[in-house]
Amino acid sequence: MFYRETGQFKTTYAADQQIFPIRQDRIGILLLLAVAFVGIPLFASEYWFTAILVPFLIFALAALGLNILTGYAGQLSLGSAAFMAVGAYAAYNFQVRVEGMPVLVSFLLAGLTSAAVGILFGLPSLRIKGFYLAVATLAAQFFIVWCLTKFPYLSNDSSSGVISVPGVTILGFAFDTPRSNYLLVLSLVLLLALAAKNLVRSSTGRAWMAVRDMDVAAEVIGIRLMHTKLLAFAVSSFYCGVAGALYAFCYLGSVEPDGFSLDMSFKILFMIIVGGVGSILGSFLGAAFILLLPIFLDISLPAVASLLHLPFDNATVSHIQLMVFGALIMFFLVVEPHGLARLWQIAKEKLRLWPFPH
Amino acid sequence: MSFFFEVLIGGLLAGIMYSLVALGFVLIYKASGVLNFAQGAMVYFAALAVVGFMDKGAPLWLALILGFVVMTLFGIATEKFVLRKMVNQPPIALFMATIGLSFFIEGLAPMLFGNDVRPLDIGLVDEPIPAILDAFNIVVSRFDLAAAGIAALLVAVLALFFQYTRVGRALRAVADDHQAALSIGIPLQHIWALVWTVAGFVALVSGMLWGARNGVQFALTFTALKALPVLILGGFTSVPGAIVGGLIIGASEKLAEIYIPPVMQSMFEGNFGGIEGWFPYVMALLFLLVRPEGLFGEKHIDRV
Repeated sequence: MFYRETGQFKTTYAADQQIFPIRQDRIGILLLLAVAFVGIPLFASEYWFTAILVPFLIFALAALGLNILTGYAGQLSLGSAAFMAVGAYAAYNFQVRVEGMPVLVSFLLAGLTSAAVGILFGLPSLRIKGFYLAVATLAAQFFIVWCLTKFPYLSNDSSSGVISVPGVTILGFAFDTPRSNYLLVLSLVLLLALAAKNLVRSSTGRAWMAVRDMDVAAEVIGIRLMHTKLLAFAVSSFYCGVAGALYAFCYLGSVEPDGFSLDMSFKILFMIIVGGVGSILGSFLGAAFILLLPIFLDISLPAVASLLHLPFDNATVSHIQLMVFGALIMFFLVVEPHGLARLWQIAKEKLRLWPFPH
Repeated sequence: MSFFFEVLIGGLLAGIMYSLVALGFVLIYKASGVLNFAQGAMVYFAALAVVGFMDKGAPLWLALILGFVVMTLFGIATEKFVLRKMVNQPPIALFMATIGLSFFIEGLAPMLFGNDVRPLDIGLVDEPIPAILDAFNIVVSRFDLAAAGIAALLVAVLALFFQYTRVGRALRAVADDHQAALSIGIPLQHIWALVWTVAGFVALVSGMLWGARNGVQFALTFTALKALPVLILGGFTSVPGAIVGGLIIGASEKLAEIYIPPVMQSMFEGNFGGIEGWFPYVMALLFLLVRPEGLFGEKHIDRV
């Protein structure tokens, strides 16, 4: 009833090609942006900014990067955390070694460095695919983290590779409060999400999807496989790299290579599974879900335990967390392989017809 | 020179231990096309189950049988609640489901059987064999040699099982072609439950050996990460591949650990130990560039 596109005629090409062709979507997005830029900064507490919103945005960006590679181009990667590490360390090095380097430029350069490394580790994808490739990306995961730990140059000679990043200052304005930090991350993530949304509906995105669906067939219809696959690796690593730089500069402030572990790569992978493989919106939904779930379990499990008089200690709670986590992943794959984004789509279909059944 | 051989033999014997874990992967991949990332977690689960039952006072043989029962139940449950519902989904989705499964086990196992590190005594001691030490001046661990023997025995038993039993033939038929196997009346679901049970048995054996060597602890789950390069080197579908791949990875990893860091040290400043975390992967990766389907893997032909 409210969500119906009747009467919305497209009279220009521009109108036909816009990102949100339905007016209700546009209004919804504007409302969401208003809440994100005005509502949340006005009302959220410091805890929300530092513990939930900023990591959510950063992981959403990393998930977006992985989604481009896995969801759109069909190349499964288990090394996204390593590319985040590359971004974090590259940004740090550009900041420390180049006098007067603007922070945003160093983020950009960090993304580009990460993209270059991504291309390097994407090279095997030209020969191998599927599981063999997934295992091969593990090489990136272990090798990069090892390099960052062992080469003192990369961490400016700090012990065991721990780096403490300088604060973020752009054009004389210091982003040192949680609120301003959040706004900076939000703006960057939205900008990159917008770019991704446009990229995946361009000819590049279509080429990626053709390669994903069947690379031999894509090659036959004239898509350059090497170019397309490596571009996917580059763009994906760029996003992960920027996410890593933000992770170091705007979230933690001090990172170590071992923090970018295989577990983190899996976490990002779970985000896109739960959120929706091959969906921009899904990356955000998945990131929110995977980040909020442990917090929710942390709060609810002890309460449930005390209610039922079960002797839960901390170890048990963390075990139950792992179990629920794993079970949910399997549950999602069984019940809704297309993730939360698909649920949202189904909801939209229903809303369109509501209150009529069909 | 004897030092070189000592490292080489140590590496080969360690490689056998990797092969054992890789074997579990191969079994499941062959029969159902699922790359079972949870194999490492299953090794942990099996070892923990045995130690858990022994803590309750069961003797080793009883604990082993009970551990096998647990792995069987687990295999059947996995088939019933996960795999059966995911028929016809892309292999990648199944792979991700097994990652979820491994998280589930990593939570479940310590809850059932306790999560403190415990030693496991299966009657083998980790000490050099005097005869070899005297004759060639090479240290060869009795434990490693016994482990290699057990692995060889296991492979032989599996080979016979696959070759000569009715069930083994059914398993091979399913591995060749699911649909054809179904159409001649092989119950696919029983076969899958069975193959997960066999993989559980392999996990039990490798859990025993790894657990006896390093203690039963969470680190056992990382054996999966050791087995993955072995798999891509040997090919996902080949039992001999898993063995040969394990030998190559084990030997080269140990040799590299000894001989590469000093070279790097002389080129750069710093300490470059611990390369065994990534070296097998990079080596397997370089190898894949030459032979994308692994040593013994089946050549994959795409039809448009």
